[in-house]
Amino acid sequence: MSAALALLRRDLARLLPGTQGGGTLLPLLFFLAVAMLYPFAVGPNPTLLAGTGGGVIWVAALLAAILPLDRLFAPDLEAGMFDQWALRGLSEELVVAVRLIAHWLSFGPFVMLAALPASALVGIDGATLRVVELGLLAGTPGLAAIGIIIAAVTVGLRGGGAALAGLLVIPLAVPLLIFGAGALSTGGEGGLALTAAISLVLVAMAPFAGGAAIRASREG
Amino acid sequence: MEECHIRATNLACRRGDRLLFAGLSLALGPGEALQLAGANGIGKSSLMRILAGLARPYSGAVERQGALALLDERPALDEHQPLGEALAFWRRIDGGEALGIDRLGLEALLDVPVRYLSTGQRKRAALARLIGQRTPIWLLDEPLNGLDTHAVALVEALVAEHLAAGGIAVIASHQTFALPALTRLALAEHVQ
Repeated sequence: MSAALALLRRDLARLLPGTQGGGTLLPLLFFLAVAMLYPFAVGPNPTLLAGTGGGVIWVAALLAAILPLDRLFAPDLEAGMFDQWALRGLSEELVVAVRLIAHWLSFGPFVMLAALPASALVGIDGATLRVVELGLLAGTPGLAAIGIIIAAVTVGLRGGGAALAGLLVIPLAVPLLIFGAGALSTGGEGGLALTAAISLVLVAMAPFAGGAAIRASREG
Repeated sequence: MEECHIRATNLACRRGDRLLFAGLSLALGPGEALQLAGANGIGKSSLMRILAGLARPYSGAVERQGALALLDERPALDEHQPLGEALAFWRRIDGGEALGIDRLGLEALLDVPVRYLSTGQRKRAALARLIGQRTPIWLLDEPLNGLDTHAVALVEALVAEHLAAGGIAVIASHQTFALPALTRLALAEHVQ
């Protein structure tokens, strides 16, 4: 337990925005930049913006979640950290589970926060914003889990791994996007519940899938 | 120090299509040390990883009792953190107090980020991490690389003390490692 806390403390110090370990505000600025560009691209039609703005926030959140993937595991594998953890009997599953928590904490809550100014930029109303925020709360853990799995699977690839990770995340994130952003048009709780269900399955799978991937790349 | 031994029987290691070594056996008990020698690429590091349980041998088995610590070319310390904080992370996992910081001459470097350390300083920092782990079995892969003569003597003394306390050391190095009662195993002899 104390080992897990030590791992979480280190992960947060490396991943949280604005910390010295390389965690930066860039994904959040990227998220806001997409929301800002959208009205410029489609024109200032309030009905069009209000109708599509929620979906744009979702797409921006998905893209922002891809940005930190290359920092999640590759530096630790290169530095031999995973070897040292294995020698101490700390399983890859534990390390990956802790990193999933830290990864979500470093972008989930901040994306939800940044969705407030973003909603003003794309001009959506309060009720839509509520569904967007609830959807992000239900969906971002799933996005984090997909990111963790893909980052672990692609960690052994030399060169181009980051771009490939981004490409692989997108199709896997489609169900989350369909139900999470789909809840906006139906306005129903059903879409949110399905988003949360997909997220839970992904979060439960991620430590085992990611742990197996990292072990395979270490033993290879 | 707790009871410890490490035994490998009939190990073989394959890299791609190449058989690096085969039929390799070794056994070490408390207070014993072994130096693995041999040309570059002969499989010293691969053997170390197999002994550590980090890689699977192509055939054969490793049996050991007692916890194990590994020092290799990667210090496993966070590049962006000051050395003190990077070592403190491992201390929180391993438990216990800092060991060997002053003997290894690291006090003055504790505030320096790891990425600014020189090769020799990194090696000494990694040794501090290894000592802090307090394990009876030490696997040292090229522990003398980048060290000056003073530090080399210090590492030899540290290993000698570890052995005197009933520990085990396996040292992969092409340099001479001055240690009483050091068995030497030249890997080339095992290639078939």
